[in-house]
Amino acid sequence: MVALMPEDFTDLLIPRPEGLFCAAGGFFIDPVRPVERALITHGHSDHARSGHGAVLASRQTLDIMAIRYGADFAGSTQVAEGVMRLGEAEVSFHPAGHVLGSCQVAVTKGGVRAVVSGDYSRVANPACAPFEPVSCDLFVTEATFALPVFTHPDPASEIAKLLASMAAQPERAHLIGAYALGKAQRVIMLLRQAGYDAPIYIHGALQRLCEYHLEQGIPLGELRPATMDKAEAKGLREAVVIAPPSAFASPWVQRFVDPVIGFASGWMQIRGRARQRGVELPLILSDHVDWPDLTGTLRELNPEEFWITHGRDDALMRWAELEQRRARPLHLVGYEEEAE
Amino acid sequence: MKAFADLLERLAFTPGRNAKLALLEAFFRAVPDPDRGYALAALTGGLETGQAKPALLRALVGERVDPELFQMSYHYVGDLAETIALIWPARGQPRDVPLTEVVETLSDAGKTEVPGLMARWLDALSPSERFALIKLVTGSLRVGISARLALTGLARIGTVPLEDIEELWSGFTPPYAPLFDWLEGGPRPEVTARAPFRPVMLSTPVTETDLPSLNPSDYAAEWKWDGIRVQAVSEGGLARLYTRTGEDISDSFPDIVERMRFDGALDGELLVRRGTEVAPFSDLQKRLGRKSPSKAMLASHPAALRLYDVMVWQCEDLRPLPWAERRPRLEAAIAGLAEDRFDVSERLPFDDWHALAALRADPPAAVIEGVMLKRLDSAYTAGRPRGPWFKWKRDPKVVDAVILYAQRGHGKRSGFYSDFTFGLWDGDTLVPVGKAYSGFTDEELNKLDRFVRNNTIDRFGPVRSLKAKLVVEVAFEGLNRSTRHKSGVAMRFPRISRIRWDKPAEEADRLTALTDILDEAGQ
Repeated sequence: MVALMPEDFTDLLIPRPEGLFCAAGGFFIDPVRPVERALITHGHSDHARSGHGAVLASRQTLDIMAIRYGADFAGSTQVAEGVMRLGEAEVSFHPAGHVLGSCQVAVTKGGVRAVVSGDYSRVANPACAPFEPVSCDLFVTEATFALPVFTHPDPASEIAKLLASMAAQPERAHLIGAYALGKAQRVIMLLRQAGYDAPIYIHGALQRLCEYHLEQGIPLGELRPATMDKAEAKGLREAVVIAPPSAFASPWVQRFVDPVIGFASGWMQIRGRARQRGVELPLILSDHVDWPDLTGTLRELNPEEFWITHGRDDALMRWAELEQRRARPLHLVGYEEEAE
Repeated sequence: MKAFADLLERLAFTPGRNAKLALLEAFFRAVPDPDRGYALAALTGGLETGQAKPALLRALVGERVDPELFQMSYHYVGDLAETIALIWPARGQPRDVPLTEVVETLSDAGKTEVPGLMARWLDALSPSERFALIKLVTGSLRVGISARLALTGLARIGTVPLEDIEELWSGFTPPYAPLFDWLEGGPRPEVTARAPFRPVMLSTPVTETDLPSLNPSDYAAEWKWDGIRVQAVSEGGLARLYTRTGEDISDSFPDIVERMRFDGALDGELLVRRGTEVAPFSDLQKRLGRKSPSKAMLASHPAALRLYDVMVWQCEDLRPLPWAERRPRLEAAIAGLAEDRFDVSERLPFDDWHALAALRADPPAAVIEGVMLKRLDSAYTAGRPRGPWFKWKRDPKVVDAVILYAQRGHGKRSGFYSDFTFGLWDGDTLVPVGKAYSGFTDEELNKLDRFVRNNTIDRFGPVRSLKAKLVVEVAFEGLNRSTRHKSGVAMRFPRISRIRWDKPAEEADRLTALTDILDEAGQ
């Protein structure tokens, strides 16, 4: 008699302090500490760290890591292409729709497949390739916005808010806080798609990553460094300046007289979060799945079990209970939820 | 509902007063009648609301969302209306629900119909519209603007002065069609309001250096009392107590209103008075904002009016008369009123400014803020004309305090650390006692900003915790005991009067410098 035991995936993947480990292939996925062999889903610094022995990732993720950490960020690197054999496991990379170069990692052994999604989004993003659903037995998901209050609005309507505010107050420069990799380029692309074709000013911290997006064929249009002096800044009309949020705490911002401070983030959906940051123009723009997209993806893939790496795992576990789905919180430490 | 929801959202995030006024003006210009009228009613607190209680909304959402998930979400968001607005599953066909539909339908609806109506509206609306709807029907708009600011924004759509609008305001009812018509060029409406509010005459500040240019014999002087300026109107059998911005506070002060047995409109200071002794402002504060004060509160904190002026008496408008003629009319007017509740503000005898300065320096009660000067020939004019009435406040009290935290400012101060929390010594530790964000020049702001950046110990969002190094002289107008502040005291109008770059933090004042003032005043 065969007992109907649930599949045990720990042979395929197991959480360790360094990150998710695949014993069959001898590698970690997005480890938070230096390891011998790392597979990296995308270039955000909490997932892609320097100092690993060997790194396997998409071409673009490797390029981004080199831009951020220098060419010698790892002992050796390999570009992910097609199905690759690592030890006893087969590995393939699939777009995650999160930022340029972001991928899910599929790991297969003995006909059982796990997909580690890294961070992902299901909303069309003009700055990167769309999420590819990969059928699997075990799906490893993030839960950054896993509360049913997060239903992120259509990005075009958020950009329309920005353009309307610029038109209504043309003399005030609009300073939009956006993280350097992904969000900044997405805001720029959304502006371009909405027909805004004037030069866009960018803070120095965004320059190299924006240049890289241009090299990769993302048509960001004309970008100018936001290094003008006070007099020049005053003369700008209907100007938009993109900067990392940390720049608003630096004296750099003092060159703008009475600017409108905006922030592009999925957290802006909550009024208190926007007010806490002193934001006058909250733009709800997220690189992560919101609640409907997260639960929709889980229903669509319908894996035998799903694991939750980080975020609001309590709410997602409750959802799994209501839906009678097998789920497990991993409580992985080291992934930032704020930087969105 | 969309335009109204947008307005509420923008008002919530827009820091500057002028920017808020621009938003209000644009709204009242763009939105048609009667929607804009109901919006105005909602913003000025003149809308009959409260049809849907929070419990009803929780029950509605409980039928649609798992209670555990709701609880986690509510805990995270922290605001019930916002949580419901965001979590409500969008089911219905989206449509615009005009404000008018909500207001008029609810006013006709029976209690049992309300849940069904609310559910259908919530189904049809976007999250920010749902938020506006819930705030509207639960009667807790709290959008950070006063009724007066709403009227100020409204006045901008036409050329009618704000004072004229305020004069007639209490005679209009939602949705205010004749008011909008008037503002947009129509005739001045014949309003037959009972016991309406009339715009108040305000004073401008004066200092010692201004006084020599004024002739003492042109002026009468009175104490400036630290209560709240009110207007007591009793006409046609209806008695109303208004603040100086026209807010009706009759419900909070039944002990005054029921004794307003006269026919006219009087101007005065609302105080808590026990016998002849006027209690500190903090006693009055306990009475403010309470819709129906308890018997115990009415007994322990009895309210009284100290009258400054008479505006209307027995249907006669006395405002055009000079002050010197109004004064005897006022004295005659209060003859029949309860003496423990109504008295006339004392006229101070003085021959020259030195004599008045001596009185001002040593007032008979701690709740006196200074002296008022009123030209004997001044008519009662709405607004704040410069000249007829002056306030000559007592010199502010000062303490030397240490800056503990700094927060970045908004608008023109974007990127500058301009909001400071300061503390005083209590034993070996510095206890925060207040916040100040004014009193310094732009040049000093630059230096303060640099100081903050070079002396940061820790950061919490936009707030920086600083090395306890910099001493500032903080000027303030008054003190209250406070249970909400760790230090046990709360300052009124604190501002930085001097930056003491020279003074070591150890030499800053102790908390007892403040508590001694309170002890002396018997608080």
